[in-house]
Amino acid sequence: MPTTLYQKLWDAHVVVDLPGDDALLYIDRHLVHEVSSPQAFQSLRDAGRRLRRPQTHLAVADHAVPTSARGTRIADPQAAAQVDELETNAAAFAVPYRALEGDGQGIVHVIGPESGFTLPGITMVCGDSHTTTHGAFGALAFGIGASECGTVMAAQSLKQIRAKTMRVDLVGTLSPFVSAKDVALAFIAKVGALGAAGHAVEYAGPAVAAMSMAARMTLCNMTIEAGGRIGLIGPDDTTFAYLKGREMAPAGTMWTRAVEYWRTLRSDRDAVFDTIVTIDLSDIAPHVSWGTSPEDCAPVTETVPDPATIADPGVRRRVEKALAYMGLAGGTPLDTIAIDRVFIGSCTNGRIEDLRSAADVVAGRRIAPGVSGIVVPGSTATKHQAEAEGLDAIFRAAGFEWRHAGCSMCVAMNDDRLAPGERSASTSNRNFEGRQGPGGRTHLMSPAMAAAAGIVGHLVDVRELGS
Amino acid sequence: MQPFTRLCGTAAALLEENIDTDIIFPARFLLITDRHGLGRYAFHDRRFDTQGEEIASFVINQMPWRDAPILITGANFGSGSSREQAVWALLGQGIRCVVAQSFGEIFYGNCFRNGVLPIVLSLATIAALAAAAQSGQPFIIDLETQTIHVGDAPPLAFEIAAQHRLALLNGWDETDMILNARGDAIAAFEDRHRRIQPWLFETEEPS
Ligand code: SF4
Repeated sequence: MPTTLYQKLWDAHVVVDLPGDDALLYIDRHLVHEVSSPQAFQSLRDAGRRLRRPQTHLAVADHAVPTSARGTRIADPQAAAQVDELETNAAAFAVPYRALEGDGQGIVHVIGPESGFTLPGITMVCGDSHTTTHGAFGALAFGIGASECGTVMAAQSLKQIRAKTMRVDLVGTLSPFVSAKDVALAFIAKVGALGAAGHAVEYAGPAVAAMSMAARMTLCNMTIEAGGRIGLIGPDDTTFAYLKGREMAPAGTMWTRAVEYWRTLRSDRDAVFDTIVTIDLSDIAPHVSWGTSPEDCAPVTETVPDPATIADPGVRRRVEKALAYMGLAGGTPLDTIAIDRVFIGSCTNGRIEDLRSAADVVAGRRIAPGVSGIVVPGSTATKHQAEAEGLDAIFRAAGFEWRHAGCSMCVAMNDDRLAPGERSASTSNRNFEGRQGPGGRTHLMSPAMAAAAGIVGHLVDVRELGS
Repeated sequence: MQPFTRLCGTAAALLEENIDTDIIFPARFLLITDRHGLGRYAFHDRRFDTQGEEIASFVINQMPWRDAPILITGANFGSGSSREQAVWALLGQGIRCVVAQSFGEIFYGNCFRNGVLPIVLSLATIAALAAAAQSGQPFIIDLETQTIHVGDAPPLAFEIAAQHRLALLNGWDETDMILNARGDAIAAFEDRHRRIQPWLFETEEPS
């Protein structure tokens, strides 16, 4: 019977089938960060358990770390304690740990792929919903809660319910200055924040084959914002070329054997999906969000929706509430909304390709008066590469701050946050109430769009600026 | 884990869609590494103003819902981040049952690992329950019989997967169950898996 990639990955990891559609699934890899792991390690201690396979975990601090300085003690005592605890736990349980001061540090979803810890054909988990990112490599990767992290540590397996499958066919070609982030936002706007709930989403079609790994990761990363816990892309030569020679990727004859196996990880041509969605990339304009859910997105050429014209009372109330929080009036042209801050970074758009596309836009220009911007590379390795390419100089010359790697203003657990009422153009993934700081107002967009907004001081169609 | 059999108490109605985990438990409190004592942060930015004063209009700040063990809410409750703190904060606040039109998937799973019962019902039923909750009368949630009782109204049935129901009724710990019942199967799987994808085992010492 023809099968989907999801089914193949599932079948290859079933330890035992359980009643219904459930199975006990074997877990190959676990990314560990400081926020979702303390309670999991504590549960191991309480129960007197050890890790079944310590080498299959990789720990790094990313969420709470300051991005303004490195090498001195973290000023916030809670954040310092949290990072210390991760370091202590990693040592006590023999988990490989990427030190904050080292070159290997970065956001879990950036360093996993960068180091070759993420591989096709594996199951991967992390106490973090954006674990969807790693599906770009043809891995079955999903976010879990802290209790489940403890289960994976002790038992290397998890009970899971089999998901339904959705295929998103991407056809056509992107216009200049339109990126994978715009595709992701357009997809979420089309299917809604619950559109992919209960589904493993596979992105397919000629446009995916043409995408870089960075673009594929951006797409898979945002799948959770459409409600899907799993995003997937079949591995191909682009995937293998990206992985070859990475620190933790197989080498020598093992590499050859691995690639041979990875080539079998494709959905069969006649495989049946529960849902199929088609998106024509040639139709997509740069998108921005206007509300408090990632589904609240529109092409920047349009206006903020007017609640008065919405017939469904439930939807109208939701839009009214979102606009009240965002301080926006219905009917306002999106490209007139003035901003205070720019955030370029996160596991969605903190990779070298993202930084390059933002740098292209700001090169030779100045940030608008009254606007401040920070550029936060997704990993320390990315930061070094960007510096080698001179991107940091471009950003600095344009008036942006160049920071150390971490989650930063995506989650506002450190000092990088919006003040109440402040408005950001942000390349992160969530525009929830308070996500970037209590009372903060977030507009999601691509790196090029966020850079352009910083230059002109309001949301703008980057195509009007050119590069 | 505390078993869940029968729950009796008031139900607080928060009829909104997309109450995400940042609303339930704002990210800045994630710096706390303990899972206990998080109740005061539940819905923090909805419950308290910037001076730390209670916002009177928020349902959990009102009598008789200050200690309501049941929450009635709209679609997509608990969407967003995987943070289990969202469930721990609800538990700390005394909420042990959430009735919603739908849930974020990771949040839904986290409930069962902490003795919290998530119930999915239709929008119309939720509206009716929310109306009944306004009077402050007690609800009884009976997991044994999978029914909700409010006043003299006929009991309302709800669905829940058999294995989830059993785990809640017995207060089972998932890790214990897997280790005790499936230890041999996991070892056998590892042998097979190592033959197919040996590169995933390369860095380890043979044991
Ligand atoms: S960058 Fe944002 S979304 Fe990504 S892992 Fe960090 S906090 Fe989560």
